[in-house]
Amino acid sequence: MLIKRPDDCPSSSITPRELFERRRDFIKTGAGLALAALLPTAQAAEKLAGRPSLYSSDETQTPYKHVTGYNNFYEFGTDKEDPAANAHRLQTQPWTLRIEGLVQKPKTFDIDQLRKLAPLEERIYRLRCVEGWSMVIPWVGYPLAALLRQVEPLGSAKYVEFISAVQAENMPGVRDRVLGWPYVEGLRLDEARHPLTLLALGLYGEVLPKQNGAPIRIVVPWKYGFKSGKSIVRIRFTDTEPLTSWVEANRREYGFYSNVNPQVDHPRWSQKRERRLGEFGKRDTQLFNGYSEVAPLYAGMDLKRSF
Amino acid sequence: MRRYLPLLKPLLFLLCLVPVARLGWGLAHDTLGANPIEFLTRSLGTWTLNFLLITLSVTPLRKLSGWHWLMQLRRMLGLYAFFYGLLHLSSYLWLDQFFDWGEIGRDILKRPFITAGMTAFLLMAPLAVTSTNAMIRRLGGQRWQSLHRLVYAVALLGVLHYAWLVKKDVSQPILYGTILLGLLGFRVVVWLRSQKRQAAVPKRKIIPIVNRS
Repeated sequence: MLIKRPDDCPSSSITPRELFERRRDFIKTGAGLALAALLPTAQAAEKLAGRPSLYSSDETQTPYKHVTGYNNFYEFGTDKEDPAANAHRLQTQPWTLRIEGLVQKPKTFDIDQLRKLAPLEERIYRLRCVEGWSMVIPWVGYPLAALLRQVEPLGSAKYVEFISAVQAENMPGVRDRVLGWPYVEGLRLDEARHPLTLLALGLYGEVLPKQNGAPIRIVVPWKYGFKSGKSIVRIRFTDTEPLTSWVEANRREYGFYSNVNPQVDHPRWSQKRERRLGEFGKRDTQLFNGYSEVAPLYAGMDLKRSF
Repeated sequence: MRRYLPLLKPLLFLLCLVPVARLGWGLAHDTLGANPIEFLTRSLGTWTLNFLLITLSVTPLRKLSGWHWLMQLRRMLGLYAFFYGLLHLSSYLWLDQFFDWGEIGRDILKRPFITAGMTAFLLMAPLAVTSTNAMIRRLGGQRWQSLHRLVYAVALLGVLHYAWLVKKDVSQPILYGTILLGLLGFRVVVWLRSQKRQAAVPKRKIIPIVNRS
């Protein structure tokens, strides 16, 4: 019996063999591209480069995924993964930073002004969390002192208060009264003016991811991480010690200074050692997180009492 | 249901191993996040508490449902609580302190949450040791039962250990505490009722007489 088959398949429509054999790759790539177009996180972040700094550490940097995936930012939830999951809702445009209090010239800056205020530097700093873990993060920013100069502080100003944003509708954590909102942090004026104290606008060569405190944050590398306020909207010069959020929450366990200090335990856990993320063992914690150049700031102070 | 027990028991045994298997797999494939060791220690602690609460819910569940065969599973569940507690403690001794006994000793004395956790574990150990049939016979039912009431203290200390550990957000420890109080409260209610019933027994004999007169 003769089976007649219509000759309806022109050779032009036959897939070349090498393409046919790679069909799975083709589908994968196509699906990947389609997915990338859907995901906002897959969009390339805006670059923000800074020139190298002598203040940088040469230690191994903590991988980007951990720096941006393991965060304490209670406005977005108390789990370490919450900020990465929820912070995309933070509204960062427009954003203004108001500087006021005991100053000659109170001023309001927008982000463009802040970016141009001083040359951007890359500062690779250790970050030690009060919970006993640490990271090494390449920040992009400039000394906070450069900004503080702009408003001409009065002689009576002794402290600087940093107030973080509250966007109740975008911040699921603010609904829980875990801390008093807005999040408030503070430094003594000489600490705030120390060349190590950074106003950060980026990390890893790009603008700050939202879970890391976009669009502007403070970085004080010799103090526990919570001293470095995120998503700052207001800076206030005062003559009295600011009541910071953690001191307000638990005066017995958190002090205003909160310098990294292996000799001063948190009442509930030891601060002698820390686990650098990515390492199996623990390292000894260094006084002032290894930034011994800040020691003169505390000359004559009892660091056990002023913890 | 009772006739399915020979099947149910091994199934439950395997099911109880799922959390530790998942942690092992996650550790091997690096899927436990940025701080895998902390995640491991915390998860083992959470599962110790979970198994304590599950074990403590056997009796209320049995009394409410009438499924007496549930009793046949209680020992295994309790031993799993001890198993996870042992792993949790080991991860602290090894991965947190690297067997620095001086530091561990100071921790136990100075840190209330460690004191509570360590006490809970020490109280749990004799319960695990006396869990065999031979030990029950040797101790005698009454004494065995009195000893095993320690599990209430173990669970309370466990929740306290958790509550004292967290930095600020106590919602999870409160959830555990609420469930535990519910489970213990059930026992108190049952006990009070049995007291009342015993007290009511002679009264019932008297009341009809009074009524008649």
